[in-house]
Amino acid sequence: MKKRSLKMALAGVAVMSLIAGACGGSDDAATEEAVTEETAAAAAECVTPTPVKLQLQWFTQAQFAGYYAAQDQGFYTEQCLDVTILEGAVDISPQTVLANGEADFAISWVSKALASREGGADIVNIAQVFQRSGTLQVSFKDKNIVTSADFKGKNIGNWGYGNEFEIFAALTKAGLDPAKDVTLVQQQFDMAGLLSGDIDAAEAMTYNEYAQVLEAVNPKTSALYTAEDFNVVSYEAEGVGMLQDAIWADGKRLSDAAYVDTATKFVAASLQGWAFCRDNTSACRDIVVSKGSKLGASHQLWQMNEVNKLIWPAAGGAGMIDAAAWDRTVTLSQSAKNLEGGTVLTKAPDAGSYTNDIVTAALALLNAKGVDTTGSAYMPETVVLTEGGN
Amino acid sequence: MKFVRRIAYRTSMFLLTLVLLVGIWELYKATGPQDGGIIFGARVLPRANDTAMPHVSTMFSRYGRPEVRGSDKEIWQVVLSGAWFSLRLSLVGFFLGTTIGVGLAVLMARFNTVRRGLLPYLVMSQTVPLIALAPLVVSWGGKLEIGSFVWPRWLSASILGTFLAFFPVAVGTLRGLTSSPAAAVELMSSYAASWRQTLFKLRFPAAVPFMVPALKLGASGAVVGVVVAEISTGLKGGIGRLIIEYAREATGDPAKVFTAVFGAAALGLTMSGLVVFFDLFLMRNRPRETST
Repeated sequence: MKKRSLKMALAGVAVMSLIAGACGGSDDAATEEAVTEETAAAAAECVTPTPVKLQLQWFTQAQFAGYYAAQDQGFYTEQCLDVTILEGAVDISPQTVLANGEADFAISWVSKALASREGGADIVNIAQVFQRSGTLQVSFKDKNIVTSADFKGKNIGNWGYGNEFEIFAALTKAGLDPAKDVTLVQQQFDMAGLLSGDIDAAEAMTYNEYAQVLEAVNPKTSALYTAEDFNVVSYEAEGVGMLQDAIWADGKRLSDAAYVDTATKFVAASLQGWAFCRDNTSACRDIVVSKGSKLGASHQLWQMNEVNKLIWPAAGGAGMIDAAAWDRTVTLSQSAKNLEGGTVLTKAPDAGSYTNDIVTAALALLNAKGVDTTGSAYMPETVVLTEGGN
Repeated sequence: MKFVRRIAYRTSMFLLTLVLLVGIWELYKATGPQDGGIIFGARVLPRANDTAMPHVSTMFSRYGRPEVRGSDKEIWQVVLSGAWFSLRLSLVGFFLGTTIGVGLAVLMARFNTVRRGLLPYLVMSQTVPLIALAPLVVSWGGKLEIGSFVWPRWLSASILGTFLAFFPVAVGTLRGLTSSPAAAVELMSSYAASWRQTLFKLRFPAAVPFMVPALKLGASGAVVGVVVAEISTGLKGGIGRLIIEYAREATGDPAKVFTAVFGAAALGLTMSGLVVFFDLFLMRNRPRETST
């Protein structure tokens, strides 16, 4: 009896393994985030499109709409590029992925990327897509937090992972010691901490978490919270805004003419995507949703609109790295003290940490095509949020 | 018939416990402090309000509503397909983990030196935090190409499942393989049985009662590994990814994240249920004796 049972047990394990193996194997297509462009409208001289991998900082959402739009609208294909967009995640550092050569370009915040560069990652900013910072510190009206000086003695929420540098910059500017004058609280990805009162002022992006609180029901009124219920400290307005989403390239490969050419085309097509999203917010919302974003439609439209505000109008042309804003980011990264009294950067980054050459060439390409790259007539829309952002 | 009865008994006990759990949840929600209980500045009692603890009925009715407005898929469909995706990854991870675990156990049972040398490292391996390992495995996997075999991203998640699954299997099997009574081992020697014959005719059958609980642990370990890997590396399509995506919406739609959490729990139960089922099925004719 025992012997037979054993044989059957082994057979059972074997069968299970077969099932598992067979099922696992069929998933390649489903899990690949890659969407290969159809070459229908491709230029005649484009024989084999150059494969390009772009690493995002987070999951698919309107924050990255320009790249998805460029893919969806065939702007990358027009430039003879075959772009694969890799989503980010909790433990994915785009800078590391780029420096390890697993992606050709990456989206990252400037201060975080410069910290990685100081740590030895040879990455170069080739286009500053977001010209303004979108970070806020949101609090209920009754807490009376209207400037960063009011943070004193309060519970200040932050996400960590390098998203907290502006908070330290604001505290330093207000003459507060982050270790003594405030209580820094690790914040979750939702805003429940703010609504329940655990956090006095919560970190929020204009395009995401701020919308989340406006989509939540106020138990006192049974209606949604409104902007009147909150005070908002904007780090951009406080003068401590740091540059955020930028396109980073692999510094080692920038001496290679073919890579520079690819980078120029990639930046051009991406900016064309962003220009498309400026003029077609709803269409871009739909593109992002169709790429698998789980966030609701009104939330996504809000995000698109807020992200547009961070990019447009772009007086010097979209993607141009403004020396003044760059210097401010660098200075703040060197001066803002964190809990341990350290700073993000210990010394000024070297001259090769950004270049405007590629974006200048890219803008020339776009201007020749008649694409509006400054958006001087840009007007934001008014988006009405619904419960849960649905 | 006995087999069917045992399954029916186990299922009914499981359902009874579930009802009890729901009762406790709702009781606490009805009587617990809305803003939580704070003693000496530390929150010891959780909040009982609707954001922190939605009604069970709210969570379950959430399954029947669309994932997002305008989506033609209701939550239960999304969660089910996510769970199915993760289940397959977990099965791959569990199978690899079982193979490695049993293999290591046999080696360790055969060679004392291997056991002395290897066991501390096995224990040590389990202290490496999974979230530190996940990005590394993805990164290594991304570079791996053997001939025409290109490492798929999902395999990295399965490997992390393997990582958690192999350890209990290895330890449990080793314990089982060395549990045969000395008299039985000596009897085998007196028959001039080879080590292999002893292994398959004596040691493995005697190890089964030790292996089943180990396999159950391994099965749920594989699920945990896969779910954490999905969260940490952002692998799309599975239940772990749904948990983190829905968690972001917990501010405005607190019941949503619970739907995915239950999905993950059901997944773990399914996995160990599979092990139990195989155990009951294979051992249905085994006399209920205690080994002497």
